[in-house]
Amino acid sequence: MITIRRFEERVKVLYRAKEITGAIHLYIGEEATAVGTCEALEPGDYVTSTHRSHGHCIARGLDLKRMMAEMMGRETGVSRGRGGSMHQFDISLGFLGGNGIVGGGIALATGAAFSAKYRNTDRVAVCFFSEGGANQGVLFESLNMASLWTLPVIFVCENNRYAATTPVEKSVCSQDIAPRAEPFGVPWSIADGNDVLDVYRHVSEAVARARQAGGATFIECKTYRVEPHCGIIADGRDKREIELWRTPEKDPIARFEHMLLTESILTPEEIAGVRQEVERDLDEAIEFARKSPFPAPETAGDALWAD
Amino acid sequence: MRKIRYADALNEALIEEMARDERVFVIGEDVDLYGGVFKLTRHLVEQFGPHRVVGTPISEEGFVGLAVGAAMTGLRPVVEIMYMDFIMLAMDQMVNQMAKLRYMSGGQFPMPVTIRAQAGAGTAEAAQHSQSLEAWFVHVPGIKVVMPATVYDAKGLLKSAIRDNNPVVIIENRVLFYEFEEVPEGEWIVPLAKADIARIGSDVTVVATGYTRRKVLAAAQRLDGEVSVEVIDPRTIQPLDLETIVASVRKTGRLLVVHEAPTCCGIGAEIVRRVVAEAFHHLDAPPQVLGGADLPMPFSPPLEQACLPQEATIISAVRRLRDS
Repeated sequence: MITIRRFEERVKVLYRAKEITGAIHLYIGEEATAVGTCEALEPGDYVTSTHRSHGHCIARGLDLKRMMAEMMGRETGVSRGRGGSMHQFDISLGFLGGNGIVGGGIALATGAAFSAKYRNTDRVAVCFFSEGGANQGVLFESLNMASLWTLPVIFVCENNRYAATTPVEKSVCSQDIAPRAEPFGVPWSIADGNDVLDVYRHVSEAVARARQAGGATFIECKTYRVEPHCGIIADGRDKREIELWRTPEKDPIARFEHMLLTESILTPEEIAGVRQEVERDLDEAIEFARKSPFPAPETAGDALWAD
Repeated sequence: MRKIRYADALNEALIEEMARDERVFVIGEDVDLYGGVFKLTRHLVEQFGPHRVVGTPISEEGFVGLAVGAAMTGLRPVVEIMYMDFIMLAMDQMVNQMAKLRYMSGGQFPMPVTIRAQAGAGTAEAAQHSQSLEAWFVHVPGIKVVMPATVYDAKGLLKSAIRDNNPVVIIENRVLFYEFEEVPEGEWIVPLAKADIARIGSDVTVVATGYTRRKVLAAAQRLDGEVSVEVIDPRTIQPLDLETIVASVRKTGRLLVVHEAPTCCGIGAEIVRRVVAEAFHHLDAPPQVLGGADLPMPFSPPLEQACLPQEATIISAVRRLRDS
C-alpha cells in the first residue's frame, strides 16, 4: 500500500514536471482495495483493471521500473511504450491490462474465467471496475453468463464515490451496488474498501468458492477517490469531504499501520524501514525510466500483427 | 468432385478445425441446440459437446468480450454473429478491445479471435438485416477482413481465419448459403490476403466482393466478344492483395470496383485510392465504383433490388468505362 501511495505521489510530481504526459488517474486513497484483493490471489490467476490501474498493477507485482518506463513512454516499459498509464500489461502475471473504456475489463475477465474453466484449471479471474463501470450494460451481460455457466470470476466493484465528476448519488439509483448481483443468483457482499484485511477476507472467500467450481461472486468495496478524476480535469468537490477521507480514521494506510502497531506486529522502526525501502525502489524506478530510450519511430508498427 | 453448398463448406471447416485443435470453440446465439438459425453449426454440439459449442444469451457485447478474454488466455474462439447488423452491439469489444489490446500490450499475446458474421442483401429483410459493414472494420487497424464468395473459398478461408493468430472478421454471404458448387473431397486451405483472378480479360478490370462476384461474372459472360473483362475477387480485403489488382490494371488500364455496401466511403473508394497511388500512369480512364445505394436498405423487393448493383447496371458501367 505504501508503494502504491508513494508511486502515485511521485507520478503526480513527474506529471507536473511534464516528465509523464497524457492522462493519469491516481489511485491514492483506494490502496486497500487493490492490495486486499490481489493478496487473495495465486500466481496464474487473472486480473483485468481499469483506467485507474497503477494500484492494481503494483498489487499484482508488475515491475516498478518497467511501469515507470511505460508511463514515460519508453521502449523498456511493460507495454514497450505502446500503452502508457492506462494500458500496462504483464501476461506472465496474468495481468490482462488496464482499460481506457469504463467497464472494458468486465467481459474480458469473464472470458478469462471461461478459459480457465475450459482448460480444466482452478484459476480464477478478477475484474476491477468502479461504481461508474457498474452502470455499463456489459456488467449485466457478464453477470448473466457467469451465473449461467458457473464461471470462476470475481467482480470487484471499487465504489470510490465519483465517476469523473459525477457523485455516486447522481449515478446509482440505490444505496449499494452489490445487490445488483442478487437477481443473477451471484453471491454478493460489501467490504470496507479502506480496510485491507476486510477486503482480503471477502475476496478470499470468493476465490475459495470460485476454485471449488462454485462460480462467480460480486464484491463492492466502499472507498474514496482522494485525487481528482485525472491529471487534467479540475475538481469541484468540497475540500472538507476530501480532508475527511485523508484523516487517520479513514485513510487505508494509516488504519493498517495503526492496527500493526497496536497489535505489536510491527514496530515504528520497522514501518520506517519499509518506507525507506519503498523510496529506494521508486528512486531506482524513476532513474531506470529516465535512462531508458524512447521507442524508435520506425518501430511504431511492430506489434500490430501476430505471426 | 462432389457438390456441396456454401453452408456445408462452412460447417465442414468448423468441424475440421475443432477436431484439429482443442483450443477452438464456437460461441454465439443458437449455435448449439438448433445448430444456428442457418444451420451452419449443425452437428457440432453432438460431436464436440456443449463445452465447446456454447449457445449464448442475446448479449453480443458480453460474448464477444468473453471471446476476447478467452483468446488472451490461450483459447481460439470462433464467434458467430447471427446477422452482421447485430455486430454494432459488440463494437466496443471489437474495436477498443479485440483490435487493440495486443498492440497496446507491446505484443505480449496473440489475439486469435474469428468473428463470423453473415451479411448481404436481396432477401427483403430491410435495413437492419441487410448491411454489408466490411469497410468499418477495414478502417480499424488490427483486424483482418475476409469475404468468401464461393463454396471453395468459404471453407478454405474460414480454416485460415481460425488458424490465424490475429482477429479476423469473416463476412459470409447469406444469399449464397444454399448455392451448390463442385469442390474436392477432404481438407483445403485458402490463404488470407491472396486475391483470386476469377476470369481473365484484357480490356477492363472489375474487382468484385461477396455476392457481386457472381453478378460480375455473369455480366462478363454477357459482354464476351464485346468487352474482355478481367474479374478479381480480393477474397481478403484487409490486408488487401493490391499487387494482383495493380498487375491487372497495368494490363487493362481500366478499373471498376463493385460491391453491395453503400458507395460512400466503401471499400471501393479505398481500392481506387490505392490503385491511383500505385498505377496512375497506367490508367486510361478514371477508375469507377459501382456500390449499393447510399440509403438504408428498403424492404420492398423492387426497391431493394434497385439499391443493389445488378447484372444490367454492371454491364452499363463496364461499357461506359470502356468508352471513356
